[in-house]
Amino acid sequence: MSYQLGLDVGSTTIKAVVLDDRDEIVYKSYERHLSRVRELALQKIEELGELLRGHRVKVAVTGSAGLGVAKESGLDFVQEVYATAGAVKRFVPQTDVVIELGGEDAKIIFLKGALEERMNSTCAGGTGAFIDQMATLLDVDLATLDELSLRHKKIYPIASRCGVFAKTDIQPLINQGADKENIAASIFQAVVDQTIAGLAQGRAIEGNVLFLGGPLSFLKGLQARFIETLELDERSANFHPLAPYFVALGAACYAGGLNEEHDYEELLGTFRHVLEIPHAPQGLAPLFRDRAEYDQFCARHAQNDVPQRPLADYSGPAWLGVDAGSTTTKMVLIDGACNILYSHYVNNLGNPISAVKEQLEQIRAQSGERVKIVGSAVTGYGEDLIKSAFHLDFGLVETMAHFTAAKHFQPQVDFIIDIGGQDMKCFQIKDNAIDNIVLNEACSSGCGSFIETFAKSLGYPIDEFAKLGLLAEHPVDLGTRCTVFMNSSVKQAQKNGATVGDISAGLAVSVVKNALYKVIRARSADDIGKNVVVQGGTFLNDSVLRSFEMELGRPVVRPAIAGLMGAFGAALYARSLQPEGESRVLTAAELAAFTHQSKAVNCGLCTNHCNLTVNTFGDGSRHIAGNRCERPVTGKAGGGELPDMVEWKYEKLTHLPSEPGPRGDIGLPLALNMYENLPFWHAFFTELGFRVVVSGRSSKSVYLKGQNTIPSDTVCYPAKLVHGHIKLLLEQGVQTIFYPCLSYNFNEEISDNCYNCPVVAYYPEVVKGNMDLGGCQFIYPYISLNDRKVFEKKITSYLNEYGFALRRGEVSRAAERAYQAYADYRREVKEEGARALAYAKEHGCKTVILAGRPYHIDPEIGHGINKLLRSLGFVVVTEDGVSWMTGYEKRTVLNQWTYHARMYNAARYAGQAENTELIQLVSFGCGLDAITTDEMRDILRGCGKIYTQIKIDEVDNLGAIKIRIRSLLAAMEERERQQHAAN
Amino acid sequence: MPPIEKPPVFTPEMRENYTILIPGMLPIHFRMLEKILIRNGYKVKILTTIGRQIVDEGLKNVHNDTCYPALLVIGQLISALKSGAYDPHKTALLITQTGGGCRASNYLSLLRKALRQSGYGYVPVISLNFSNLEKQPGFTFTPGMLVQAMYAIIYGDMLMWLKNQCKPYEIIKGSTDAVVERWTDALCEQFESKAFLQVQKNYRAILEDFSAIQRHREKKIKVGIVGEIYMKYAPLGNNNLEQFLIDEGAEPVLSGLLDFCMYCIQNNIIDNDLYGKAFKHRAVNAFLLRYFQRWQNKMIRAIAKHGEFRVPTSFSELKHLVDGVIGTGAKMGEGWLLTSEMVEHIHSGVDNIVCTQPLFCLPNHIVAKGMMRKIKDRYPQANIVAVDYDPSATSVNQENRLKLMLSNARLAEEFGLSSEGEKAPAAPEGETQRETVTL
Repeated sequence: MSYQLGLDVGSTTIKAVVLDDRDEIVYKSYERHLSRVRELALQKIEELGELLRGHRVKVAVTGSAGLGVAKESGLDFVQEVYATAGAVKRFVPQTDVVIELGGEDAKIIFLKGALEERMNSTCAGGTGAFIDQMATLLDVDLATLDELSLRHKKIYPIASRCGVFAKTDIQPLINQGADKENIAASIFQAVVDQTIAGLAQGRAIEGNVLFLGGPLSFLKGLQARFIETLELDERSANFHPLAPYFVALGAACYAGGLNEEHDYEELLGTFRHVLEIPHAPQGLAPLFRDRAEYDQFCARHAQNDVPQRPLADYSGPAWLGVDAGSTTTKMVLIDGACNILYSHYVNNLGNPISAVKEQLEQIRAQSGERVKIVGSAVTGYGEDLIKSAFHLDFGLVETMAHFTAAKHFQPQVDFIIDIGGQDMKCFQIKDNAIDNIVLNEACSSGCGSFIETFAKSLGYPIDEFAKLGLLAEHPVDLGTRCTVFMNSSVKQAQKNGATVGDISAGLAVSVVKNALYKVIRARSADDIGKNVVVQGGTFLNDSVLRSFEMELGRPVVRPAIAGLMGAFGAALYARSLQPEGESRVLTAAELAAFTHQSKAVNCGLCTNHCNLTVNTFGDGSRHIAGNRCERPVTGKAGGGELPDMVEWKYEKLTHLPSEPGPRGDIGLPLALNMYENLPFWHAFFTELGFRVVVSGRSSKSVYLKGQNTIPSDTVCYPAKLVHGHIKLLLEQGVQTIFYPCLSYNFNEEISDNCYNCPVVAYYPEVVKGNMDLGGCQFIYPYISLNDRKVFEKKITSYLNEYGFALRRGEVSRAAERAYQAYADYRREVKEEGARALAYAKEHGCKTVILAGRPYHIDPEIGHGINKLLRSLGFVVVTEDGVSWMTGYEKRTVLNQWTYHARMYNAARYAGQAENTELIQLVSFGCGLDAITTDEMRDILRGCGKIYTQIKIDEVDNLGAIKIRIRSLLAAMEERERQQHAAN
Repeated sequence: MPPIEKPPVFTPEMRENYTILIPGMLPIHFRMLEKILIRNGYKVKILTTIGRQIVDEGLKNVHNDTCYPALLVIGQLISALKSGAYDPHKTALLITQTGGGCRASNYLSLLRKALRQSGYGYVPVISLNFSNLEKQPGFTFTPGMLVQAMYAIIYGDMLMWLKNQCKPYEIIKGSTDAVVERWTDALCEQFESKAFLQVQKNYRAILEDFSAIQRHREKKIKVGIVGEIYMKYAPLGNNNLEQFLIDEGAEPVLSGLLDFCMYCIQNNIIDNDLYGKAFKHRAVNAFLLRYFQRWQNKMIRAIAKHGEFRVPTSFSELKHLVDGVIGTGAKMGEGWLLTSEMVEHIHSGVDNIVCTQPLFCLPNHIVAKGMMRKIKDRYPQANIVAVDYDPSATSVNQENRLKLMLSNARLAEEFGLSSEGEKAPAAPEGETQRETVTL
């Protein structure tokens, strides 16, 4: 008898299938390899001894980690998608489309029509590993996650592009107390959306669909999401019993076509040999040379401690601090001399309320009548919720809490870095105020929970995993971008036979490098500061602390309570604000009667349609979370009367009147280059006798309409929205759409050239190339508006190509109107800018210049940040409202884009203006902003101002944005106080 | 705010004793360019360094979201300054600048900034550009040098073109590289005299030498490489993609650098046509283009006449291949040229294409990824894979994608889907195809 063996070594699992010479499956297995790739491969072969000994075997290896095994063993390698297609053709020939989700890859194979095989691109998670991570986040196992999802009532929009983004969406939901059932289903829906958007890219998934890979065969909830979304029925959706083995099966089939046969013993020998190949020591220097060096390190850090005093022996006043973080809840109770009476650090298991309640009960019980809680404060993601649930006295922004705590340990502190479970915060301290805040953006959150999830996926508890790294000999170099990249770097390391310790140490180094080079963008240790305090739960991991000191080249202070600093800071804050009296925090009796319920609703009070979570407590009080403004709470939007140019501009552009015209309808998509130029084109076409149809307002659902036609998943969100706007126009039955390509913008005499960015300039080409426009005429000429004469001539001939028979005279008149309308619009923008500034001055308001591109005024793109600012009492001015106030100045970078030149000018204005700060909006994936952000920062810093940058994407993560803005506010107030004191 | 410092100037005196460092891109071309500069009185060194420290320096000194080529080029220059091999006080740097709406035009300012921040603010930087962006008194690209450089480009293009047709098939390992080496040396030598001007004689001799390489006659899968210019050509950027494809049993196909030069000239003409800009330059550019075209044609005719090797497509043909696919107004980055190169590959029977791009490359959202569906609709046999390069993307990830593309190519080959040499009509969706693709 002869056999065919297919071995599929994936990123997390190893699968084997043996076929006999009648093509019958005589063996199959599926196992997690916990990164011990070679050992498990040998083990498989040993297991097969009974079956294969004495027979001839043909072998093929496949899978992402299989490449290394194949190379070392000299066995044949077959690409996994190719292998899958082979098995499908043989075993399930009626299949039209195959969707396979693996540990870290997602694939789609179209078998009907032109054969097409696709894998997820470099920047896309949303796979098995992603679901694992999400389950960890909710603290449930996969089976429970699955069960939960089947009982859902509501699906939340969760970013489908990559795991990190989804996390930022899910975390606030958890913190707001949304039901786990709904979150679970939303997670699966995100995976489905990603598959459709990222992989199918416009090609319809229809006919008989075969679902393969581990997650799709084990998770019923995920299956249900796919069936419902793709509108399949039982016949057309095929969840094959062999699903987890298909790739291995394909490899076995492929092996059948090979010439080389092996003897079993020889095979065994080969795999034993592979295990013995020493892997080239590649990678980084070890964290510690030896145990002695580690002990010395521990002794040094043990010096930074806070005295503890048992609560049971204490009587007197006390202050409570709570840090309701994203994954953990921290609580600290201190006495008048800042000794810690009680502390607790707990993973909140996705339920911050019950975590706080439990601990508060403990404190109350242990305190008895002896201890009086005088003041209490809460900080962190769950600040508002916890504050209203337990009646804490104060809330403060996290950055202030950490600064307060750090000062306690190092009064000279000039730099604080906090790496928590989900987020990373660093800030510089200048003149005793927070000077420059850096938060990790959506794409760089290789933070604590990432290490934890990784440890779990490799089968280790986090503490043990961290220890393994300390004395690892060859830490692996894992790169510094996002988790998805680290996953594939680990894949490569596994291929090279790295040990778990090497991976653990490597992860620690990556987290640190990520923080230093990606988030802080430090160039040298001096950039960071002289007196550095590190904190946050992640720094309790000695590997992380050590790599940080190594990378920085100097020792830092890690308080022994590194994980509790937020809570400690909150307690200190409460102590300073309320040195006597009695806290309103719930008493033992009130705690006993405490109940909590949460309900998800959609707010219908404005176009933002926030997903609200309404929390109701036992005493009848309510807390609403997920809102952007105060309307659902108080009935009116906060700061309603303050000037807000973002809203003003958007309202102006969406209310241009249109009238029926003899030439019929012409559609304009309100996207990218159309915001700014809408007054121009609107007047132009109206004058020519068209009825102008503007696509409409953006929303998540508008985005989803066009999502499946987006060819590049790394393009910025404003560009992705174009597809939805074109769909909106088509839905309105428009027969002609006009959307020009504009290499050049208007020359405003404040830059060295007047380009548009490549995406803004040429996106119409993408529309034409990727969207089914039916019978609609799509007019997208390359045109410049700078020279009116040339414009008139060119536009006439372009439009007349479509049979409009325009005469030069009427075009000339229309152009006259168009240029006038544009000039009027620009003039009004300037006037509004001046008006807003005058208002701020008159009423003593603070002003924020929200500097972005014209399309950032769209509420779906800017996520209503302007409203948030207004509710905090800021007057909001856009970059073009002030850019005209400062003239041309040479820049160190090539100043050649019109929209960006405005931002430089706005920064120069903000640098000089009193009571004014600038916040730069950056769309994720904006390549040009890699250049502008540094320049903006230099301009503002040069003027002694704080530079604040907010990265925005399809994710609606207002929580993090709020922290930034509140920190900025706190820093501004601190400065004012100091100026007052100085005067 | 403090005034902006003036960057240091490369003065005529510095010509004598300053070494000019230039980041490498096309190994063959740049060696000849180095020779030409040396011959004209400059001390020049083309950097061919590789290694992780380049990426690390780049990460430290450039905004990490800046495109990968900028990161590599700047990283390579700074690590050279730090290496101790050159006296930083007697060193100048030279980078090329294309100008245009892409952020790549900012390489110069990014480099200067990086230098200031790493304490090399005194090192002068020379910008080699033809868009009047910046000039340095000590460095002039004389008309004579320009002519020589253009010859270096066309000879380089030819050597690269023939190398890729021979190396995958060579019987004696290294024999192709030896010919390339010999000719690069010989041509460098020729720049000393006027010998390089005798193109016909050189072309013939080059063709004969390549033709003399002993080769297997087997059929290999041909893979076209297109992309962002640095990622497309520089081995440092694309992890030596040409060699990878050869090792995988495929033949890489790369069009030459001259096409890119002509694309830049063509864009000046198009700008005038579309926007009425710089009318007086139109005639100059049109003249230049005709001149270059005649020149390219000579090389093409020589290869055609020899008859043994595949013949490159001329630029005048290339530029019309995008008609109806993308507008030639799309001129940022590699612009419409990239799209037309994809179409050109398919037209000459190379259905398999790797599109190399830096992650988050802006123009490539449009001209590469944005055009793939359209190209596939027109040419269903097209097998295109986009590979993103960035400091953290691992070679495993890239290799896996490339292997998928190669598997697809083999599949198509087996079932006769490949269009080898003919302009296959767009096949209708559905049944016809379904029957031909069976495993």
